[in-house]
This record gives sequence, C-alpha cells and structure tokens, in this order.
Amino acid sequence: MSRARAAYDDVVVTCPVTVPYVRYSIRGAHWFLAGALAQLLKTAGLAKDKLDGLCISSFTLAPDSAVGLTQHLGLTLRWLDHIPMGGACGVVALRRAARAVQAGDADAVACIAGDTNHTNSFRLNLATFSQFARDAVYPYGSGGANASFAFLTAYYMRTYGVTREDFGKICVAQRANALKFPLALMKKPLTLAEYLDARTIADPLRLYDCVMPCAGADAFLVLRRSEAERRGLPYARILATIERHNAFPDDAIQYRGGWALDRDELYAQAGVGPEDIDVLSTYDDYPVITLMQIEDLGFCNKGEGADFVRRETLTADGSFPLNTSGGQLSVGQAGAAGGFLGLVEVIRQVTGQPLGAKVADARLGLASGFGMINYDRGLCSGAAILAAGNQR
Amino acid sequence: MSEHLLSQLIGALAGGQLRIVDLTQTLSPDFPQIVLPPEMGQAWPFRIEEASRYDARGPGWYWNNFSCSEHTGTHFDAPIHWISGRHLPDNSTDTIPVQNFVAPACVLDCSRESAADADFLLTVGFLKNWERRHGRIPPGSWVLMRTDWSKRTDPVAYQNIDETGQHTPGPDSEAVQFLVDERQVLGFGSEAIGTDAGQAFHLKPPYPCHYFMHGSGRLGLQCLTNLDLLPPTGAVIIAAPLKIKEGSGSPLRVLALVPDVSLAAKRGGEKRPSRMSRKRRPASAKKKRR
Amino acid sequence: MTRPLVRPPRKNPVLRTRLPNLPPGMRSRVALGLTAAAARGRFELQVCRDCGTVQYPPREACRVCLSHRLDWRAQDGAGELVSETLLHHSNELFYRERMPWRLGLIKLDCGPLIVAHLHGDCAAAPTRVRVSLHLDRAGQAALVALPKKDTPNMADDRQLREMTCDPKFRKILITDAKTPLGQSLVEAVVAAGADLVWAGHAEPWKKPPDFDRLASIPQVSLVPLDLTNSRAVKDLAGEIGGRVDILINTADYHRNFGIAARDGVETARAEMDMNYFGLLRLAQEFAPAIRARGADGQSSAVAWVNLLSVFALSNFPPHGTYSASKAAALSLAQCLRAELSPAGVRVINVFPGPIDDEWSQTLPPPKIAPARLAADIVAALRSGAEDVFPGDIAEDWLARWRDNPKALERELAAQQI
Repeated sequence: MSRARAAYDDVVVTCPVTVPYVRYSIRGAHWFLAGALAQLLKTAGLAKDKLDGLCISSFTLAPDSAVGLTQHLGLTLRWLDHIPMGGACGVVALRRAARAVQAGDADAVACIAGDTNHTNSFRLNLATFSQFARDAVYPYGSGGANASFAFLTAYYMRTYGVTREDFGKICVAQRANALKFPLALMKKPLTLAEYLDARTIADPLRLYDCVMPCAGADAFLVLRRSEAERRGLPYARILATIERHNAFPDDAIQYRGGWALDRDELYAQAGVGPEDIDVLSTYDDYPVITLMQIEDLGFCNKGEGADFVRRETLTADGSFPLNTSGGQLSVGQAGAAGGFLGLVEVIRQVTGQPLGAKVADARLGLASGFGMINYDRGLCSGAAILAAGNQR
Repeated sequence: MSEHLLSQLIGALAGGQLRIVDLTQTLSPDFPQIVLPPEMGQAWPFRIEEASRYDARGPGWYWNNFSCSEHTGTHFDAPIHWISGRHLPDNSTDTIPVQNFVAPACVLDCSRESAADADFLLTVGFLKNWERRHGRIPPGSWVLMRTDWSKRTDPVAYQNIDETGQHTPGPDSEAVQFLVDERQVLGFGSEAIGTDAGQAFHLKPPYPCHYFMHGSGRLGLQCLTNLDLLPPTGAVIIAAPLKIKEGSGSPLRVLALVPDVSLAAKRGGEKRPSRMSRKRRPASAKKKRR
Repeated sequence: MTRPLVRPPRKNPVLRTRLPNLPPGMRSRVALGLTAAAARGRFELQVCRDCGTVQYPPREACRVCLSHRLDWRAQDGAGELVSETLLHHSNELFYRERMPWRLGLIKLDCGPLIVAHLHGDCAAAPTRVRVSLHLDRAGQAALVALPKKDTPNMADDRQLREMTCDPKFRKILITDAKTPLGQSLVEAVVAAGADLVWAGHAEPWKKPPDFDRLASIPQVSLVPLDLTNSRAVKDLAGEIGGRVDILINTADYHRNFGIAARDGVETARAEMDMNYFGLLRLAQEFAPAIRARGADGQSSAVAWVNLLSVFALSNFPPHGTYSASKAAALSLAQCLRAELSPAGVRVINVFPGPIDDEWSQTLPPPKIAPARLAADIVAALRSGAEDVFPGDIAEDWLARWRDNPKALERELAAQQI
C-alpha cells in the first residue's frame, strides 16, 4: 500500500466516441460494438489492421465474448481483454489498456463498451447476472437492483439526514446537463416538483431515481503520446487510477465504497487533491451512489454529502460540474456502456471537445466507476484522474 | 323332430308366447361386494377402467378393461368353490357339463317372511308347504329363494351389516340337506349376496348351503333379481358361467324363459316388457286381460 | 397490526380466474440446501466446520478460510433490521400482482446479511426481528423477517399467507374420514377455521363408532369416495373438484405382511390399488382444477397432502408389501409435486411412524396418536412445510436414514429398532 505505483508515463487516451443510444433495437450487440470501432478507427485515422489491442465490455454479446468479435469483425490482435465489471468497466479497461501500451504489449488498444436492448433484454440479463442475486435477491421480487438501492437510500436518509430534495437536486441538475447533450434519450426538462411527485418504484426510490436501459456504445482509444501527436489527435494524460473489488465486506450495508479505501493513493499518484478537480463523472445508477462517490472520493466527509449538494450547483456551468452530459439518469444506460459514459464525457471535457454543455477551463477530470451488484452491494469500484493533454 | 322343437321355441319367443326375463344385476362399481373379515383374502368388487373413449388413447373406439372376483355381482358358484366339493369330478366352471346350464326352476316366495325378518331361514316345513301348493320339486331343478332382497337398491341396506355381522335370508341346514338328498335339485339360487344366510356362520355346519350343495356337486346362483317376475314353476333358467380354467365361479347373465302368463304382465309398476315384445304380443293375451 | 382475515365474498362466476404466476424459482444447487431445510420447516444456514463462519448467500467454500467443509446447521434467526423498502414496481409478474410488497435488509446476529420478506408487524428500521425460512409459491426457500414476538393474527399477514397453506376460510377434502386419523383430521381442520370439509368415506355398510357424529358438524359434508373406483373418483371430482382448496389424502390400506407371510398377490394388490393407484386416480381427476385455481384469490387452491409413512423411506419388512405401496406412493407424490408446482400448489408428504391404530397394534410404542398426527398435519399446512415427519419414530428413522441408509436397512431387517 505504501509502495508507489508506476506512473502512466506517456500513455494517453483519445477519440471519445458514442454510437447514439436508442431505447430498443433489433440489432445485436455486435452491431453497436462494430459501430463504435468503426468510428474510433475513422476518428483516429487508424487502419483496422493497425489496431493490435481490443478491450470489450458487453452484457448482450453472449454467446460471444471478445474472442468471437475478433473473427466477427476481422481483427488480428496481440492483446485482447473482456471486462465484465458493469459500471466500473471504463476505468478498469483504461487501466488494462494503459499498462499494455506502456509495456509495449500493444500499440493501439480500442476500449469499447456497448449493448443492445431488446424488449426482453433486461429480463434475460438479470437471469444470468450473478448466482447470489439469483439465489438471494430476485426471489424477493425486486427483479433488479431497485430493492438493494432502496435499502441504501433509506439508510442514507435516516442516518445522514439526506432528504429526497437533496437527491432531487442531483437529478434535476443532470437533466439540465442532458438537455444540452444531443445524444441523451431524455429530452424533457425535469423540475424538483416532478421529481418529488413521481410514482414510487421501491420506497423511497421513485421514477426519476432509476435509469432507463437502452442500446448504444461508447469507446476510446489508448495510444502512446507520440503516436497520438503523430496523428494529430487531441488526447488526455492519465494521472492516476484506482480499482477495488469487494471492499468493506463486513459493513452491514454499503454506506461506503472502495474509493474510501483507495482515494488517498489516487490523489497521491496524481499529485493533486479533490479541490483541483474541474469536472466529475460519477457512476449514477441511483442518486445515492453519486452522493456516496462524492463523499468517498474526498469532495466532502462521509455524512456531509447532503450539505455539499445543497451548497454547490451541479450543472456544467455550476460550482461543481457533475455528470455534465446528463449521466445515465438522463442519457440512458446502454448496458455496459454505462461504465464508459462518465469516462468518455470526462475525456471530451478535458480535451475540449464536449458534445453538449462545456465546462469552462476543464484541465482535470475525475471519472468514477462502480458496479456489479452481485448480491446486496456493488462489488467493483474504480476511479481515474485525467488531465488535459495537448489542447491546453 | 328336434329342429321342430327349436323352431317352435324361436317362434314362441318371437311371437311373445315365451318371454325372456333378465335375472341379472348390472355389473357396476357401485354394486356391493361380499365382505370378508379383513384378515382374509378379499373378493374384488367390480372395477372398470377406460382404455380409450374416442380420444388420444384410441380415436375411433371405446373400450374398457375390468376386474372383479369370480364371485362379483350376479354370479355362479361351482362345486370346486367349497372345500366340500374340491375333489369332485367336473367341478369347475370349465368342466361342469353344459347340460346343467339350462334347467327348470322352482321359485319359492319368501318375500313376506324376509321383509319381517332379515335373518329368515328357509325350513323343510316351508318347502313342504310350498310343495303342497305347487307340486313336488322336480329333480334337476334350480330352487330359487325369492326374498325381494334385490329391491334393496341402497348398498347399505342390501349388505345389511351391523356389529354382529350380515343379516340376509337363506336356507337352514336341514332344508338344504332335504333339497340335496330328497329332491336331487340342480342347485340353489338367492337374491342376496350369498346363497347362505348372512348369519350362516353360526349354523351347523357353517354355511350349509355351500357345504352341502357344492359337496354334492351342485351349483349356486347369487345376487339374482326379478324373481318376482317368475312363476312358481315352469320357468327355464339359462345360467352359463364363463369357461374359466379351474374357475370357482363367474359373473354371468342369468336369463329365465317364462310363459307369457307371467305374474309380471299383470302387475303395475313392475319391470315392463320391452317395446319389441309388446308389439308382438298375441291377441290371445289381450283377451285374457279382459 | 395485522388485520385478521375475513371470509372472502363469494366469487363472481362470470369473471375469469386469475392464473398462477410464481416468484422466480431458479436456484443454484448449493442454494437448494435452504429449500431442503424449509421443506422440513427448518431454518438452516451453512456453517464452516473449520472456522465457524456462518455463510449467506449459500456458497461452495467458506468466505473466510476457503474450507469446503460447510455444514447446514439450524439457526435461530435473531437479527437487526438495517433498512427496508416497500416495492411498488416489479418486473416479476408474481409481485406485480401483489403490490405493494415489503422487503427488509437484516443483519443476523450469527453474522450474514440477508434480504428478506418483511412482515407487516415489524417496526421500522432499526429494530430487532426474528427471521424464519419458508417455502414460497415457487416451492423454493424464502426468508421472512417476523416481529421479535408473536403478534395477534400474525398468520393473516398478506405476504406471510403467500408462503403457507392455512386452512382458514378454505374448503378441504379429506378422502377417508372414517379412520381414527380421518375423524381427528376433520375436527382439526374445522377448528383451524375451514369453511367446508368434505368427509370422504367408502364401503358405507361399514360404520365405525362415532362416525355419525361427524355428519352433525355444520361444516362437514359426507361424500362417498372409494379410491379404488375410478368412476367414483371421477364423479366426485366432477361435483366438487372445482371448489377444493386443500386435498388431504388419508385413504390407506394397511396389512401386516412381508413376502413369505402371505400367499398370492391379492393383499399386496389391494394395498397398491388404494395407496398407489388410488393416489393416481385422485390426482388425475382432482389435480387439473386445483392447478387452475392456484392463484384464485384469498381462498385459492393451495395444498395437496398425502398421508404416506416413514416406511416409504426404508422398507419395514414385517409390513413389507405395505411399505412398498407407500414407497410407490412417495415416488408418485414427487411426480405430483412437479406437476402442481407451476400452479404454486404445495404437495405435502407426511411420513408418520406407526400410528396408534389397529394395523400397528403389535408394534411397540412410541406410536403416534391419531389426534396428534392430525394436529401435526394442520401445523404443516399453517407453516408451509412440505416434508413432515411427525412423532418420535418418524424423526428417529429419518435421522438414521439420512445418516446411513444402509445401516437403517439392516436395523429394520433385524428389527433392532
């Protein structure tokens, strides 16, 4: 823990791309992943046969994994990975790809996450999600993670005095951000009153606390800095990353995530503090998790999240830009792409190429990942701090 | 000569001078079955299971499989059925000479006595009294004890069992011996569930009708019905058991040929002749009713 | 506080009957260890033999020391309710039809964290609760958090009643009401609140003492029923089959012979015809309507009870052919369980040891009294257990059988137990 981890040297991340989200699609996951790959290669001016590394995340690619894609899409690679970590897959894919490029095991690694969404996808994905969920959660009726996050939301409200208005402020701000983001599925404004009066899903969670599953894909390319410059690509430098699985297993309820264990190392490796971060993307499957990440990533103390939210403005032009494309809550959750959405938005902001609202002078961004509600809590957590590269 | 007799028979049946009376109870699962103490091997009640009924098991046909005891429903007892007849020659349903299956019958009306006393025993005295009115019982005749017991359609009443056992009418030991030794009858027939009385276990010997009848190579018929439609004498019984190898008896169709002047035709509310025979009734019968 | 159940109004006959949807029923094999415990009315969790850690959810190796030596052990269920929610939305059809539904997150004193159904009488979190294990309508184990102490009308809680087969306000067919057990059972289910009890009886010319007394109970209706008579079974099913909520098959033909003690197959056939084929006839005629009514309102069709015998597990040679007929019935009852499970109807198999009746007259005590057995059957209906071993002999033989079935076989052959 005290041994310093290797810096990322000259490894950079470029070419944030998104295959537009749709609510339902008759296409397979391969269609969306291929679309993201094609955009990546075009944006980078990279010939397909020059791509030698690929990292994939998808829930609906089955029965294929990344291996099947190599033949499906005509790729010959010397590095391949498949990251089944849901909302943490973006940060983790970045970590894997960066070390591969750094070590010379690959020169250009495409990191892609995407899923289709058929009318039965949600049900089918749940059925094969995890053994513990199948044995110990779904039989109780939640049919997904709603009950687990209702438990946590109620606990947070009771223990830390967080109110529904506090959560509502997060959702309303993200919706405001999304209205400027051309690819967001939610296109209508959301008021606090509408948020508070929405129909109950699992008390205290209501409709606007829950994401909308959809189809889509997000991706980025990891290169050596010299290669990115040679191609004239805007890039972000990787200052630090953390990753943790099954943190604090003995906590009776997941009131804190792995970031609480690893954030000091994150900031130490980056050589910055939370106050230096210009834009934050949290993994926002439910607003309570966003609040938890704000606390656990050191932006305030545990239990002070409500005060923080009341104090700050969270829109892209606010005092604390958060989920500036709208987050999953307003853009949509395209399966595993939900784990890339926040990271891709941070890459766009710090490289000066946002699709929607722009965060002024975004030099440092932090993208946080969280996911895989195996039973009663999300097992995976991670975070990455990116810095503006050649655009500043 | 014999052909003439036979065609006369057929003609008489067709013309209505002779009628056929069915003395058989319908074989159904609801018909009571003789009950032995639980320690004994039991006689199966009639049971029937569909094999198919114009359905997936057989689209074009309907048929059943059934099971029962040899002594279920209206049935025939062969001499081999009882220990006293076990060693007699030709004593099973497959070996009894077939001549025995067509025979005259004497019908003894004990219905009044049986109505008054479920344990009524037919005695030698009763037999002699009957013979005074109807003549001597001929050798080779069936002796049928009419008790109207078959009119007890409620199975509980038919079985008539209480804590002391079954209470149904039957012959006493002397009456049976008389019929065997003095009258050389063919066999004994009853409307109740046994040829012996319900309490015959307590007679000497127990179950004297079975004991002496079968012990002398004679036959039994049980669960008969419609004996009230037969004349005291003159009916001819057709009672042919199934030809079961070493069979002790079998359910069977018991038919009686009776002259048309049978009592049934004169009674209201009784089992009426079929439509077909009504059409063929000769003019002479109508004259008689006037 | 739970509102006591009231008698439901008569069903509107022109309305379509709601069909059964079930809670999710998939479980891993190791999780079926919970189902095995719930089937016997027990709450067990895996405990590591090497470090003592209690595990949940069920798993293949200890989460602390990785040992494979995990044993299922009884738990008392004491714990703390950490948080709760009231579901108003579910993708699961079963729960959609029963919204809202209360769930809780509980930390058990023995260690694990569990998600459980939350009884309506549990106070808001944080509070002490008592967790128990039941079979849900899918026939799989489900945890239920109950208030620490019993509350009035607790069994009438809407969510808990979905786990049980409570006789209250239900209509019950007891196939043989003439035996001492049958008579006791009629009285027991009437006392438990059954609306109507059809008391089946065969061989009407055989009247046991006290039988007429049953007919005078207002809820009781005597119906002729002989399970060896296919037509009679079909006719009764035609008459009442669409109204039976709980069917209790007590018809039993019991003789005391092995193989050598009796010539011919007649007696053994009679045992099979009643105990095995009787069940088959009954199931063919009554199961279809029961299956269709598995979700038919408050007084839905909910259980099929088979009076088997502990002799079904391992042959008791002095009653050898009887044992075989009960073993055949057990196997068939498992088939029936599979066929009724899509309807959420529970098949409850009862395995008493010798009953204190005439057919066990020469067996030494302990023997189970008919009234006691009847009470145990009603208790099983109320708790929702499905494999019931009432009485000391039944518990003893079951323990021996689970421990070493070959040893039990020898012990029974030598009549050492």
